[in-house]
Amino acid sequence: MSLRDRRLALLPALALVVLTAACGGSDDGGDGGGGTPADTIPVAASDDACDVEADELPAGTHEFEITNEGSKVTEFYVYAEGDRVMAEIENIAPGLSRPLLVELPAGEYETVCKPGMIGDGIRNPLTVTGEAAQLSEDESLAQAGVDYQRYVQSQTGALIEQTTAFVDAVKAGDVEGAKALYPVARTYWERIEPVAEIFGDLDPLIDGREGDQEEGQDFTGFHRIEQALWVTGDVSAMGPYADNLLADVRRVVELADETTLEPLQLANGAKALLDEVATGKITGEEERYSRTDLWDFAANVEGSQAAVQALRPFLEEADPELVAEIDERFAETEAELGQYRAGDGWMLHDQLTQDQLKGLSDRITALTESVSQVAAVVARR
Amino acid sequence: MTEQQGPEEQPAGVSRRRLFGWLGAGTAGVVAAGATGGLIGRSTAQEPAPGGPRADDAVPFTGPHQAGIVTPAQDRLHFVALDVTTDDRDELVAVLKAWTDAARRMTAGRDAGPVGAVDGERYAPPDDTGEAIGLPPSGLTLTIGFGPTLFTAADGTDRFGLAARRPAPLTELPAFPGDQLRPEISGGDLCIQACANDPQVAVHAVRNLVRLGAGVVSVRWSQLGFGRTSSTSTGQDTPRNLFGFKDGTNNLKAEASAGLDRFVWVADGDSGADWLAGGSYLVTRRIRMLIEPWDTSSLDEQHRTIGRTKGSGAPLGQQAEFDPVDFTKQVDGEFAIPETSHVFLAHPTNSGTAILRRGYSFVDGSDGLGRLDAGLFFIAYQRDPATGFVQVQRNLRLDAMNEYIRHTSSAVFACPPGVQGDDDWWGRALFEG
Repeated sequence: MSLRDRRLALLPALALVVLTAACGGSDDGGDGGGGTPADTIPVAASDDACDVEADELPAGTHEFEITNEGSKVTEFYVYAEGDRVMAEIENIAPGLSRPLLVELPAGEYETVCKPGMIGDGIRNPLTVTGEAAQLSEDESLAQAGVDYQRYVQSQTGALIEQTTAFVDAVKAGDVEGAKALYPVARTYWERIEPVAEIFGDLDPLIDGREGDQEEGQDFTGFHRIEQALWVTGDVSAMGPYADNLLADVRRVVELADETTLEPLQLANGAKALLDEVATGKITGEEERYSRTDLWDFAANVEGSQAAVQALRPFLEEADPELVAEIDERFAETEAELGQYRAGDGWMLHDQLTQDQLKGLSDRITALTESVSQVAAVVARR
Repeated sequence: MTEQQGPEEQPAGVSRRRLFGWLGAGTAGVVAAGATGGLIGRSTAQEPAPGGPRADDAVPFTGPHQAGIVTPAQDRLHFVALDVTTDDRDELVAVLKAWTDAARRMTAGRDAGPVGAVDGERYAPPDDTGEAIGLPPSGLTLTIGFGPTLFTAADGTDRFGLAARRPAPLTELPAFPGDQLRPEISGGDLCIQACANDPQVAVHAVRNLVRLGAGVVSVRWSQLGFGRTSSTSTGQDTPRNLFGFKDGTNNLKAEASAGLDRFVWVADGDSGADWLAGGSYLVTRRIRMLIEPWDTSSLDEQHRTIGRTKGSGAPLGQQAEFDPVDFTKQVDGEFAIPETSHVFLAHPTNSGTAILRRGYSFVDGSDGLGRLDAGLFFIAYQRDPATGFVQVQRNLRLDAMNEYIRHTSSAVFACPPGVQGDDDWWGRALFEG
């Protein structure tokens, strides 16, 4: 949030493209592309398996039908090389089935289930045959915004669901339940923060920290409720804040779903998310009451990676060495962070030693140096 | 802070007890003062000052020795110790090469990167951070050193295939009585000493080198210093440290080449000389001064603690700064220079060796109790730490000054010889040899 002012200053220069055509108005969070599906491929997801009933498909649009047969909430992804998200569906509760439409050009992919919604997931190869479409650099850049929008839409659906659950728990006075839901809901927020922050008036209402408000402005949003949950344990006065939070999240989601970022915005957003980690999460400023900063850390890194991966087809042509370096540094960052998993979540900020925080900081510093080079590569087009 | 003043001639009539009684204490293998005193005296003696460089000028980066050792001490310091965070030797070498390129440019007063702070692409981060735009080279020197842990990790791992190349003298310093070392600001795999006559130039250099090392090296600790506390050239006046005393009256000087060859530069035949000949060992100690107790001690106590007068810097019992130290001189039936004074114990006659000091004062704000967090960032160069700093420091066990100081950080590094020619880079002989 400390970087918000800087980004707002850039706003007049940003050319937002609000789509009104086919890509907008997806009916669920998992719409992976247009076209009519040629088939339906069942996916049986459990806590330790991800059985996809196909490992080879013809190029075109396919529908996956994911059934969660496990005990944990799961996610399903189709990744291109470098974990570039081709399609993704979040937050499939145990016992439920959800469809996912995805348009796949010829190439090598992976299908991934993520029981518990974290980690590298359970992966299987998927080969798509047919004629590989050769996009020009311009075309692949234009595609990047659409790809990232698809990622955003996959997150916003889950953001609303999880925020709703969180708000319900708060209003029901279920302090322990709300505490457990808080970092999960924030994960989806932190992943797409560069988009959310474009709508400058909503961001402070949803994500402002105590003391950031203008004079006369109330302290609202996630962190207001966080304070009540962890400091006093009394959420009896939080009902209106909870209602407003959900309303504001819905408004931001509505806007974000319709927004396609320009390639340069994607590059800058990827960098900005890493700056968020460096300035807010490693320091423990963001989640000062709950100490759940590592959840946000992971989400920011995932969001940054999603933005970079949307640009990947272009970058692989324009600067393959940079792509290799970025891949390596994302992997190093994930490995460093991976040491601090705790169950399905993360250790608390104050459970890490200064040396451990320094190890994380070193990785983010290096990754940021690499990701900061992306914008110029894009701008050279 | 160690006193290295040596008389031109060994003082006449000095008692053997007074000389050798101190010599034996804890300094096994010490060179007898009678044998070395004359050479040390000549090494540190004043010679005519040459026409030195101006404060704004560039100091040549290349040469047989690294700049920043006998270079006339600049006014400002930014010292940084780094740990290597990769296991990949090639990545480390790439950083050393990139650092060398940037150091060549910055010491010549240019930007850190080939493009520069403001001439690059609009959407690319500049390859120089820009705060030195318009500033002259300011005598910037950048001096690199390699710590023991670069060769062998604390757990014994040979990290980069260098273990067999570690020179025998490059080991962690022994513990000294009264040490209050903080591990997090001690040691390091690598160090860079940046000295300049403009603090912004020194800080700019370190900042840009650190940035170039992202993902490969990580800053372990760093120290800013101001107000050089030693002269390393006869052309320089003796500065004062934060005790208010002149410090380093008869330091080893750049003009005394015989003394430098004997006491500072690693020579052919020394351990590790295949890559280190022409280099030197660097010892750093962050020495916090207990300012408030010192300031409230009497002038007489201060004089007797140091062994010199505060005003002129003359040895006690003498008249002028450069008068010879006379341990035999008595005033009112007592020796003028107390046997527990810093001068007495650190003097080459009693320590039996000499080191090149290059320290800086520091004030790191206050300590939370309202007391200045200040002192001396001690830097010494020597041919072998065991017969240099360690030998001197062991002799200071009973130093009256210990009551007013605490050593809070310690590090030792081997500094390779100078970069020579356009294709050379920092550490080439170590990594390629």
